Amino acid sequence: MAFTSFADFLAMGGHAPYVWSAWGVTLFLLLASVWHARLERRQLIKGLKRRERRDQAHRATQQDTAARNAAAGGGHHDT
Amino acid sequence: MWAFIHKLGSPKWFYAISAKLQPWCWAVAALLIVAGTVWGLAFAPADYQQGNSFRIIYIHVPAAFLAQSAFISMASAGLVFMVWKIKVADMAATVMAPFGAAMTFVALFSGAVWGVPTWGTWWMWDARLTSMLILLFLYLGVIALRGAFSSRDSGSRAASVLAMVGVINIPIIKYSVDWWYTLHQPATFSVTSTPSMPMTMWLPLLVMVLGFYSFFIALTLMRTRSEILRREGSKRWVRELFQEAR
Repeated sequence: MAFTSFADFLAMGGHAPYVWSAWGVTLFLLLASVWHARLERRQLIKGLKRRERRDQAHRATQQDTAARNAAAGGGHHDT
Repeated sequence: MWAFIHKLGSPKWFYAISAKLQPWCWAVAALLIVAGTVWGLAFAPADYQQGNSFRIIYIHVPAAFLAQSAFISMASAGLVFMVWKIKVADMAATVMAPFGAAMTFVALFSGAVWGVPTWGTWWMWDARLTSMLILLFLYLGVIALRGAFSSRDSGSRAASVLAMVGVINIPIIKYSVDWWYTLHQPATFSVTSTPSMPMTMWLPLLVMVLGFYSFFIALTLMRTRSEILRREGSKRWVRELFQEAR
């Protein structure tokens, strides 16, 4: 341990403004990079899932309409 | 070898393999950066001339290393993309640029802050400082150029060419302290030669450098995966990934 107390550690032998601003900016940028990467990934996945849901719903209605048309058409043919 | 390159170049394969590697890279990065921070800030002895302001070295040197390594990686990825048309290489180059720029900024900022108590000035048009500032502008140029085209492929090619040309700045940065020695001191950290500082100061620096490199690898893997989802979103294998995941 290079310091005798926590206050001593914070004071950095009079160099506190330099040491803490340089370290603060660096650690902030590292954490911000991780945060940004996570947000980016989550939003992309959300968008892709939404599209799959929409397409699946779209396919379902199409199949439904096709089935109904076939049923209606079939009925017409019979009479 | 060729089969390996083409396999690595396949977004689907890269997406799968990077998922396995990524947690390890993050774990190593977190461990090393936390250990290096505690060690460097609290346990390493103060410098007999600079006192505690020298603790800035533990972020300044790793950031400066990474600023240059990320540029070389980006240019190499650009070369791979141009020669073999491997899209994953271009995606990796895309995500490396902002982080490289951030690390260049960190190196410049921490250097400026360190310069006040040490040199009595935060800036001088010293060769090392100036060539690092040029590196920052090169990064910003690569990012801007990529976005300046309506076709993604044209943007990728332009960014690759600028990155490859810009690599000439890297040896200039490296040797600037020997060629035009005005303010910045020559290299204090080298993996190949015996350390010029005591082990108790050098080891935490080594830990931080390795930690920053792991961080860069982890972040690049993660963001390249996102870039794959962004660009290959309509491919069948990507769609299947999210059809089941509901």
